[in-house]
Amino acid sequence: MAPPKKATKTAAKPRSTVKLPRSADARTPSMALVPVPKTDAPEGLDDPRRSDVDEWGRSEHMRALARRVYGPLYRNWHRVEWEGLEKIPTDGGALLVSNHAGAIPADAPAIMHGIEEELGRPVYGLADEMFKRMPVVGTVWSRVGGVLAHPDNAYRLLAEQKQLALVFPEGTKGTGKTYGERYQLRRFGRGGFVQIAMRAGVPIVPIAVVGAEEAMPILWKSAPLAKLLGLPYFPITANMIAFAGLGPLGAALTLPAKIKIRVLDPVSFDVEPDQLRYSRSLIMDESEHIRQRIQEALFDMLRDRESVWFG
Amino acid sequence: MGKRVLITGLGTFWGSRVAQALEADPEVEVIVGLDRNEPTVPLERTEYVRSDESYSILNRIVKAARIDTIVHTFLVVDSTQMSSRTIHEINVIGTMNLFAAASAAGSTVRNVVVKSSTLVYGAHPKDPVWFSEESRRAAPPRAMVERSLLEVESYVRDFAVDNPHVAVAMLRFSNVLGPDITTPLAKALELPLVPSVFGFDPRFQFVHEADVVRAILFVLAGEIQGIFNVAGDGLLPWSEVAAICGKRTFPLPPIGMGMLSAPLGRLGLELPAELLDLLRHGRGVDNRRLKRRGFDYRYTSAGTVADFVEALRIRGMVGDAGTAYQYERDVEQFFRHSPAVLDPD
Repeated sequence: MAPPKKATKTAAKPRSTVKLPRSADARTPSMALVPVPKTDAPEGLDDPRRSDVDEWGRSEHMRALARRVYGPLYRNWHRVEWEGLEKIPTDGGALLVSNHAGAIPADAPAIMHGIEEELGRPVYGLADEMFKRMPVVGTVWSRVGGVLAHPDNAYRLLAEQKQLALVFPEGTKGTGKTYGERYQLRRFGRGGFVQIAMRAGVPIVPIAVVGAEEAMPILWKSAPLAKLLGLPYFPITANMIAFAGLGPLGAALTLPAKIKIRVLDPVSFDVEPDQLRYSRSLIMDESEHIRQRIQEALFDMLRDRESVWFG
Repeated sequence: MGKRVLITGLGTFWGSRVAQALEADPEVEVIVGLDRNEPTVPLERTEYVRSDESYSILNRIVKAARIDTIVHTFLVVDSTQMSSRTIHEINVIGTMNLFAAASAAGSTVRNVVVKSSTLVYGAHPKDPVWFSEESRRAAPPRAMVERSLLEVESYVRDFAVDNPHVAVAMLRFSNVLGPDITTPLAKALELPLVPSVFGFDPRFQFVHEADVVRAILFVLAGEIQGIFNVAGDGLLPWSEVAAICGKRTFPLPPIGMGMLSAPLGRLGLELPAELLDLLRHGRGVDNRRLKRRGFDYRYTSAGTVADFVEALRIRGMVGDAGTAYQYERDVEQFFRHSPAVLDPD
């Protein structure tokens, strides 16, 4: 398999990359490794590991490589701008909850990259098992911090390892929206994310993202093709047309929409953690409340936006 | 009065090793071993009974020898070794008979240890990274051996519920590797190129054969009850496992393996359904419950692979060191029961 080989290659590199052209903003050490807390360290036993792939499948070297590749896109293509970054806890577990859009959503990498660069904390992206079924994509997804959104995984990440986890409660209902439905939040799943945060005893940090909708707008969806390929949707995007000259790569390249991210005030729950079940109505209330706040923030941000491309 | 132990599957790797270890324990008074095949390791005082696991024989042995402890290691987890028919007979029917005998009226059985496998969790994209003992599998079993082990576990659970006075422990062992044992994964890792599935690099967990025997003895000694995962610390990608073995992987196509498995089997590469699932999705189990009871592992997952590789290297250089032990019925009977043999004490 390719990924770990890459990982070992880059393992020796970090020191030699100092001569890389640094961006104007000196705060973006693209190749610096995010300190991942070592968990489950076997006590005094010989553990001859060869790669740095952690229990979640995340490899910090692969992540560093991804940050180096994605960095220019983040800074110069989408010119990502944060607001309220200080509201993200610098230690302890927290569940980041955001809106989700674009055929290949640009919001997930932007949030993960931004937090890792600015706060030096790893972010684990929780997602549907769809990725895990795909060859190559699934492995890369896992190496750069993707984890299956399973309650047990979330609990271990948040409560036991005190990490940051990012979740998109809209799921593919959000990314499968067509251009005409942009910025209208879909149902927030069944509120599972609230239950997970309650059980783990961590706050939820709502995040509103503007720009991802326009980065890869869906013009039309083909139901038969989606069925054939086993995908939740098969989109015809504006990007396929705009970058038709680039071939298949064009379909993956986002449009240079300005991405603005606003972090809202964290929500803590006044309930006992580690319960098997929580009141359904409480979960739905909180879920609806968080959804509303993100929706309001989106409208607020859109009101102030003058241009899709320049913000 | 010491323990009177019945070991099923004395001819298997685990049965014989547990018997060897129990022989050294003065607390254990009697060891009766049951199998269709002769034991493959020398045993000092274990009584070997050649038998299949039919109910009437089991019932008579349990009663006659006043068995109080049963170690059920006769469960097939390697589906490449025999037909599904035989696996069903051994696993499901054998277990059913054993527990029927153990729960017969007047039974003296007080302690049961069953060697199950983490195969019962399956391997599926919807799996959590770590299965706890309470986790349910994500999808119904596809592989026959997984189905049979699930049935075995349901018999064990029924027995535990019906006989609350018996301490029942069920150990679910992860992928076992070690210097001596042969498993489908060990065979795959011995090939010049290690098979993998293209585009997948799942994380694997291993448990060392020595830790398996130690875990069985630990549970026996403490009369611990409950279900426990037994697996080394840490998960490592399959590519890393191959790297520790000093090998490269040979990616198999991610689709159409059903058609390919027959010709590959002829080439000596047997990849049953449960192994193909594992090579795609991997499996991790939470081993903390047994640790909380005081068990300590000697090997991590990576340490297990390293130890396996070392043994492999030595075997490659000097060949199979130990001359194979041959069970000779008359000789064994002579040493155990002839008045001519004097007790060293």
